[in-house]
Amino acid sequence: MSASLHATGKGMNLTLHVWRQAGPGAAGRIVDYAAPDISPDMSFLEMLDVVNERLIAQGEEPIAFDHDCREGICGSCGLMINGSAHGPMKLTTACQLHMRSFKDGDDIWIEPWRAKAFPVIKDLVVDRGAFDRIIQAGGYISAPTGTPQDANALPIPKADADLAMDNAACIGCGACVAACPNASASLFTAAKITHLGSLPQGQPERDRRALAMVAQMDEEGFGGCTLHGECQEACPKGISIDAIMQMNRDFVRASATAVQAKEWSGAA
Amino acid sequence: MSRKLDAKIPAGPLAEKWDTHRFEMKLVNPANKRKFSVIVVGSGLAGASAAASLSELGYQVSCFCFQDSPRRAHSIAAQGGINAAKNYRNDGDSVQRLFYDTIKGGDFRAREANVYRLAQVSVDIIDQCVAQGVPFAREYGGLLANRSFGGAQVSRTFYARGQTGQQLLLGAYQALEKEIARGGVTMYSRHEMLELVVVDGKARGIIVRDMLTGELESHAADAVILATGGYGNVFYLSTNAKGCNVTATWRAHKKGAAFANPCFTQIHPTCIPVSGDHQSKLTLMSESLRNDGRVWVPKKREDCGKDPSQIPEADRDYYLERKYPSFGNLSPRDIASRAAKEACDDGRGVGPGGRGVYLDFADAIQRLGRKAIEERYGNLFEMYQRITDEDPYTRPMRIYPAVHYTMGGLWVDYNLMSTIPGLHVLGEANFSDHGANRLGASALMQGLADGYFVIPYTLGDYLATTKLEKVTTDHPEFVAAKAAVEERTKKLLSVNGTRTVDSFHRELGKIMWDKCGMARDAKGLQEALQEIPKLREEFWRNVKVLGSAEGLNQSLEKAGRVADFLEFAELMCLDALQREESCGGHFRTEYQTEDGEAKRDDERFAYVAAWEYAGEGKPPILNKEPLTFENVHLSTRSYK
Ligand SMILES: Cc1cc2nc3c(=O)[nH]c(=O)nc-3n(C[C@H](O)[C@H](O)[C@H](O)COP(=O)(O)OP(=O)(O)OC[C@H]3O[C@@H](n4cnc5c(N)ncnc54)[C@H](O)[C@@H]3O)c2cc1C
Ligand code: SF4
Ligand code: FES
Repeated sequence: MSASLHATGKGMNLTLHVWRQAGPGAAGRIVDYAAPDISPDMSFLEMLDVVNERLIAQGEEPIAFDHDCREGICGSCGLMINGSAHGPMKLTTACQLHMRSFKDGDDIWIEPWRAKAFPVIKDLVVDRGAFDRIIQAGGYISAPTGTPQDANALPIPKADADLAMDNAACIGCGACVAACPNASASLFTAAKITHLGSLPQGQPERDRRALAMVAQMDEEGFGGCTLHGECQEACPKGISIDAIMQMNRDFVRASATAVQAKEWSGAA
Repeated sequence: MSRKLDAKIPAGPLAEKWDTHRFEMKLVNPANKRKFSVIVVGSGLAGASAAASLSELGYQVSCFCFQDSPRRAHSIAAQGGINAAKNYRNDGDSVQRLFYDTIKGGDFRAREANVYRLAQVSVDIIDQCVAQGVPFAREYGGLLANRSFGGAQVSRTFYARGQTGQQLLLGAYQALEKEIARGGVTMYSRHEMLELVVVDGKARGIIVRDMLTGELESHAADAVILATGGYGNVFYLSTNAKGCNVTATWRAHKKGAAFANPCFTQIHPTCIPVSGDHQSKLTLMSESLRNDGRVWVPKKREDCGKDPSQIPEADRDYYLERKYPSFGNLSPRDIASRAAKEACDDGRGVGPGGRGVYLDFADAIQRLGRKAIEERYGNLFEMYQRITDEDPYTRPMRIYPAVHYTMGGLWVDYNLMSTIPGLHVLGEANFSDHGANRLGASALMQGLADGYFVIPYTLGDYLATTKLEKVTTDHPEFVAAKAAVEERTKKLLSVNGTRTVDSFHRELGKIMWDKCGMARDAKGLQEALQEIPKLREEFWRNVKVLGSAEGLNQSLEKAGRVADFLEFAELMCLDALQREESCGGHFRTEYQTEDGEAKRDDERFAYVAAWEYAGEGKPPILNKEPLTFENVHLSTRSYK
């Protein structure tokens, strides 16, 4: 094939220490790989592609990792890189991280997200189905397809719309869980609660949503939130921990209303 | 024998067709809906909106996607916005104008009736999305904001920051999750469709591989919907997500679904150029940059390696401004892309491999101040810097065209049904609305129109009027289809050659880009038609796929997709070869005006080319659906 454009002498020589695990129940271990002649212009995942191509050539199974858009928006990729979720660069997913963040001779440890609720499937691939189930519990507005009122019949203050958008930007990657010492999914759950709760359309189901989503989060085996703030540091989309405060307020209010409702109906 | 394609366009005036048709279609009794099962393959805008809406109506829906969650479908990556003929700006927009712009933008190669319906339902899409809580950009008064996009003269594009696709998809995804929780939809994530099952001439099911266990599963239903996206990755490098593929539509094609206009592909002019052989995909830079950036290359070849700041004004060729004085840097996508290619072919490209042109903001910064530019494009500049390590505030950006979208797809009639009864195709996977070129912000509109507002009606009519025998997955057609997939998987794993799947994919991509890309000619296409079968032959002889059929095996997944691209690519070239005209994204260098513009041939080519599979090793059959224009006047696109 054509001469390598990146073999310009700029190539770095790296040593990777990668978590390899054959399957869901299998025992995993760290395996070391030399990664010579890595161009600083490669993305982190392109570096893994190159390593994988070489592994295949040697008859060794390539390293499995999730990815799709490679633009920081689909939320598929997720790696612990030297102990930080998505690696050293702030507000950057692993797929957008470039190798110029590393230097010649570096050792790089690459591991999957670690959390009880995200079991490892293979190598660096984990099961994040719990996130979908949290959304199923109430992360939506019930507006069946039909002919709703004209969109502009409901003006929404720009500040509210902006707050909703800030939180709706979550890509569901799971870095917040991976970074949290308790493996809590609070930032993810709170982002959705705040997105929908900031909008007038989201009010009718607001109480139910907070109760159901929080309950599901617990059921999935995520840990509790003790406000360490690691999640917000790791989040590639800049979701603020303020969302968690909002979620807690919504939850408390909804619980109180639920108790009251029970008392009034004589069920207590 | 070529067969007659019946587009089933309802009679009556254009503006009344859809209403009349909706009234005339048969309804399924509400109590009976739950007795019908529907398979939806795909969970992007088209698939998720269809699956959720059909489930809300009461059908039993199964939905499939290959990602780990339906929320990650490629639609998530769309940036710019979604069109709708709301006319909120009072700037003269209307259903008629959106219809006309789409037909003209498509270079008069789309079907009038479908496009008109698209423009009609566009307004409902925005209402529906707002009701779901999609946080569109708003003005201080609380009403929705708009911008103009892709050369349109009206402001009809709705957007959610630079993440419109993400927000629309999350709206549809949340509706889908709501239906999953209610029990109306069974979701199969990490499942890849590998075969369509046709029983008694009707689409009745699919064979999928559970990507976690490797198990092949058969799923039967009363109807099948494909919403599996576009095939841009046939070029290897594109702005599409890595998993985008042609497998589902290609497999359906081989079972009898006609493939329409496969050569109509769109190249986007402003992407970040390739930086080396390691390149795995290309990143789009929003077209909005061309509002303030000036495109140029050095006049002299020997200047290409110089620091751009060292090239004096007089030695720069602002070629778009020179060639298209009235549209200049805002010339449409296809035209701007081709002009960049010409400059680079002329040896005046910049950056690695000489495949890049400058997009320079120096003038705009001087005129408006750095702050204004930061406000407008800050996040894009950041993204550019992150990828290239160059500062676009002080050094012109380098851009180059990249494959972005595929207008071609499975042929569908007005009801979005393919040539296989019961197989419906939605979104980018069908060919229906964009002709030979798609306007910016119209793909999202089409995906949601198909899923929310068209298929819920037309599928009901199919189910209500079709006699469907009960079919189970032990039917011989299912057994045979499954065996075929097993066989193929075994074959892929047993070749054990010396080349990786990616190396074949790259080589195919290069052939396609060079010979069936931005500019095509008969000679190149004929060469490609020689090279592709050779490469395919080598693939099946020399590919190396490690691991086993059981469990997660990403190499095996890729191998299957590349194997299908290797077959499909040939059809694309055949289609490009037979279309002896230039139109929209299809530029045949033999057919151009004296000053190098596309020359359409309405006499001979005002048709949809719908290819029919004729069997292994046999040339495919070309069927033509003539396009008749009763409501617009065919004119030449000019941007001079
Ligand atoms: C970078 C970028 C920016 C864009 N920006 C805009 C924009 O601003 N405005 C606009 O209108 N358009 C834009 N587009 C185009 C637009 O995003 C797409 O055309 C559109 O989202 C396609 O939607 P879809 O539902 O048809 O398919 P997709 O979103 O591609 O979904 C395909 C689905 O099918 C599934 N699938 C595919 N194959 C299989 C299989 N074999 N088995 C099982 N499942 C399968 C996938 O898992 C996925 O769920 C952009 C495109 C790109 C690449
Ligand atoms: S909150 Fe941030 S870190 Fe957590 S899933 Fe969303 S985007 Fe990822
Ligand atoms: S691959 Fe999509 S966010 Fe990284």
